[in-house]
This record gives sequence, structure tokens and C-alpha cells, in this order.
Amino acid sequence: MGWSLIRLWALLVYLFMFLPVAVVVLLSFNASQFGAFPMTGLSVRWFVELAQNEAILRAFRTSILLGTLTAGISTTLGVLASLALVRYRVPGSNLISTFLIAPILVPEVVLAVALLLFLNFMSINKSFTLLLFGHVIFTLPFVVLVVQARLVSIKRDIEEAAMSLGASPRQTFFEITLPLMLPAVLAGALFAFTISFDDITGTLFWKPGGVETVPTQIFAMLRNSISPEINALGTVMIVLTVGLPLLGAAIARQLARNRGG
Amino acid sequence: MSVERREARQPWILLSPALTAVTLLLFVPLLFILVYSFWLRTATGADQVGFFFDNWQEALTDRFYRDILLNTLKIAAITTIVCALMGYPAAYFIARSRGNKAILLLLLMLPFWISYIIRTMSWINILGVSGALNSILLSLGIIHQPLQMLYNETTVILGLVHFLLPFMILNVFVSLEGIDVTLEDAAHSLGATRWQSFLEVTLPLSLPGLAAGGLLCFVLGAGTYITPLVLGGPRDAMFANLVFEAVITQLNWPLGSALSLMLLAVLGTLVLIYNRYLGMAQLMKGLG
Repeated sequence: MGWSLIRLWALLVYLFMFLPVAVVVLLSFNASQFGAFPMTGLSVRWFVELAQNEAILRAFRTSILLGTLTAGISTTLGVLASLALVRYRVPGSNLISTFLIAPILVPEVVLAVALLLFLNFMSINKSFTLLLFGHVIFTLPFVVLVVQARLVSIKRDIEEAAMSLGASPRQTFFEITLPLMLPAVLAGALFAFTISFDDITGTLFWKPGGVETVPTQIFAMLRNSISPEINALGTVMIVLTVGLPLLGAAIARQLARNRGG
Repeated sequence: MSVERREARQPWILLSPALTAVTLLLFVPLLFILVYSFWLRTATGADQVGFFFDNWQEALTDRFYRDILLNTLKIAAITTIVCALMGYPAAYFIARSRGNKAILLLLLMLPFWISYIIRTMSWINILGVSGALNSILLSLGIIHQPLQMLYNETTVILGLVHFLLPFMILNVFVSLEGIDVTLEDAAHSLGATRWQSFLEVTLPLSLPGLAAGGLLCFVLGAGTYITPLVLGGPRDAMFANLVFEAVITQLNWPLGSALSLMLLAVLGTLVLIYNRYLGMAQLMKGLG
């Protein structure tokens, strides 16, 4: 079979992946009244309207707060657990790993229902707290997977060298292990933040009435009709969720290079 | 306490917050809805505690639920097959290309970071009545009235494929990368044609990746309710939509519990079968 045929196929698959997204970005600069073709000219008016839309700004604040708290908590839990699994000989560590990633093996809808009903039974109603609990448990497996994969590559020798030169375990951790782990920790936190920021499946179950995150706000706006404002919001989301990880990766590489050089 | 004892306790101290969180926020809630599914929601809206089979009887024998469950599995299966057909050659291209493999991979990872709801709704811009496709066809004079292409089962599958394809490509890519390229050359030098060496060497060796990608596509596809709400019509509800309806709209939580557990049982069985034959390690490779 021809290699050129495979290349053409791959090109078409990439087009399929990116064309619809590119159209969202294109239409967000549409000057026309309606969020659709034909385009009548280029304009940034929809971004201006976006910046003045109180509901959307509120959704952004909610999403950023939720994402930041989620990232903080689930990265802390995930890093501690990963350290235990990578650094110690724990009996049944395979079982523990599977246990820790169970939240993504269960369909998210089921997780959402179970958590909602159980916490409601425990008198925790639909609230920001419930959202936070949900996002933490849902992002934890990703943090564990990412951090564990990177921790494996940090050699124990360096720590042992530090200890043999007289550093205490505490000193070793804060001056050797933690700085070496920093890229892994940042990657985990970034991952957790992005997943939380994007989530809609669980969020629709857990959010109290009147509270919207950015994805649920977009979803609510879709109920009416697709307006250019949604496309503009989509463009902002794409820039944020694609830009942040790329920025994070660049920073991590820079950190690694500084340490290496 | 001796040093060894303390040393042995340390990992458990590090693990305990995460283990506690998963226990209290996943496993206890799952056990709770199992109990809850035997309670009854009375007409007044209060729960009647007890051991009733009514919800399970309704969920398991009502034709309505069974048809939607079967339809959900059908949609997930078609989505998985389309993902495999589209994704395998693309993954093969990335794995065997001599050029910018890093860039190709990065491009592939990008959709993971682009919001699911944005990617889903982006198809409205393409296929909608005043979308890109209709306006192109209109301006070319091929049609004179905009076509109604959205809000049917095909667009639901399209949306799911668009969402899940990167999972398939990534998993196949990971397993193709692990295959020694010289194996194909060896088959070739022993007289196999390129097509034969692919069919008899490369394809079988990459099956674990294909299976991992397939499992992810199927389970994630069968558990969705957002895509049918955005891209489907009124009759394209999937099983997760029924769960959402029961829990959020009708507030019949015991029935919602039974329906959730039904979905978990069906999809969980697939995960267990997969685990039995291929193990979770393959799945982690593609995720991590």
C-alpha cells in the first residue's frame, strides 16, 4: 500500500480534527449580526461584548477559583501518593494504583450520581463544596498517572549522595527531591486545572442553581441559538486551555535546562 | 518505635489522604446508591426506606430503557469502529514518519486541551442551516434551500468520533512505537510483500494498543449525555440522558441510582474483560 495514500489519510484526519475548531475562531471575528456564514467583515466586537457580559465574567471567576482549588488539593494528594508508590516498596502497590485510578474507570455520569446522592444524604447539598469534592476525585487519577510517570525518572542516587554527605532526610527532601520533582508537580497541577476547567459532565449534576462554570455557561447559551458571542468565548477558551499547557511545558523545560546547565 | 517500623509506616502516611478521598468520594457513594436503588420515591417526594425491587423491575423490564440501552451500545460500537478505521492509518503515519514526529504528536495532543463542549458545538458552525457547508453549497448553486443536516443520530456519532479519535490515535501510536521496525524489514527480506508484512507482523503486534483505544472510545462514548443534547434530536437520547433525566429533572433518585448501576454494570463488565486478557498496564501507557 502506498505511503502517499497513508499520508493523505493522515492529513484528512488532521483536517477533520482542526477544521471545525478553526471555523469557531474564524467566526468569532465575524462582523455580522448572526454567528454564521456568510461573513460580512472582520471585527472584535464580540470579544468586547464578551468582556462586558456579567454572566460570562462570573462563570470565568467560578471556573478559575474551582480549577485552582481543585489543582491545589488533588496535586497535593496525588504527589504524596505517587511518592509512596514510587519511593517505597508497598505491599499490593498494583492494587493500590488501580484503586487510585478507579475514579476514571467508572463512567463519569455514575460517579456524578453516586457522589451527588451520597453527599446529599450526608446533608451536603448542591454547592461549591460538592463541586470541589467532585472535581478533586475526578482529577486525582490523572495527577497520579502523570506524576508517577515522571517520578520514576528521578534517580535515587542523588538523594543518597546528599544523605551520605550529611544532609538530614528533611533537608534532602526540600533541597534535592522537591526541586527535582517540581516539573512533575507543575505538570500534575496544570493537568488537574485544565480538566477541572473543561469539565461539564459531572459539573451539570453538582452545580447549584444559578452557579455556572464556563462550560455550563456555554451549554446554557447553546439552548437559545449559536451566537457569535459563543464563538468568541470558544476562542478565548481555546487560547487559554491550549496556551496554558504550552506555556507550562516551556517553563518546565526552562527549569530543567537551568538545573541541568 | 523502631526505625524499621517507622520506615514501614511512612508510605501509608503518604498514601492515606488519597486513599481516604477515593474511599469516601467514590466507593462509599457507589455502595450508597446500591442501597438507595432499593428504596422508593413516594408521590410526596419523600424516600421510603426499605427493600423494594420496583426500581430494578422498571429499569430491567421496561422496553423503553432496554431499547435506549441497546441503541447506546450500538452508537458506541459504531463510534469505536469509525475511530479505529480513521485513527489507525493516522497513528501509523505518525509512528513511521521520518519528519517532525514531535510536531505531529503535539498537534495530536492539542484536541485533548480544547474544551469538549467547544469541540462539540463547533459542528453546528459546520453543519447548521447557516453553517459553512450549507453556505458553500448554496453559493455554488448545488442546492437552493439549506439542508437540515444536524440533530440526528449521524451527527451524534460524528461528534463522538471527533471527541474520541485522539484517544484511539494515541493508544495505537504508543503500541506501534514499541514495535521494532527491523521486524518489518526482516519479513520483507524473507519475501513478504509490504502488505503481507503489515498484516502478519505489524498489525498483530499493535492489537493491544488498538484494544486499549477501542475500550476508551467505547466506554467514554457510551457514558456521554452532552453530545446527544447538543448534536442530537429529541429521539436521540442515550442511556446517560435517562440517568440525567431521572436524577436532575424528575428527582427520582432511587430510580436514577438503579439506572446508574445498570450502566456501570454493562461498562464495568467490558473493563473487567479487558483487564482479564490485556491488563491495565496497556491502558496506563496510553493515558500517562
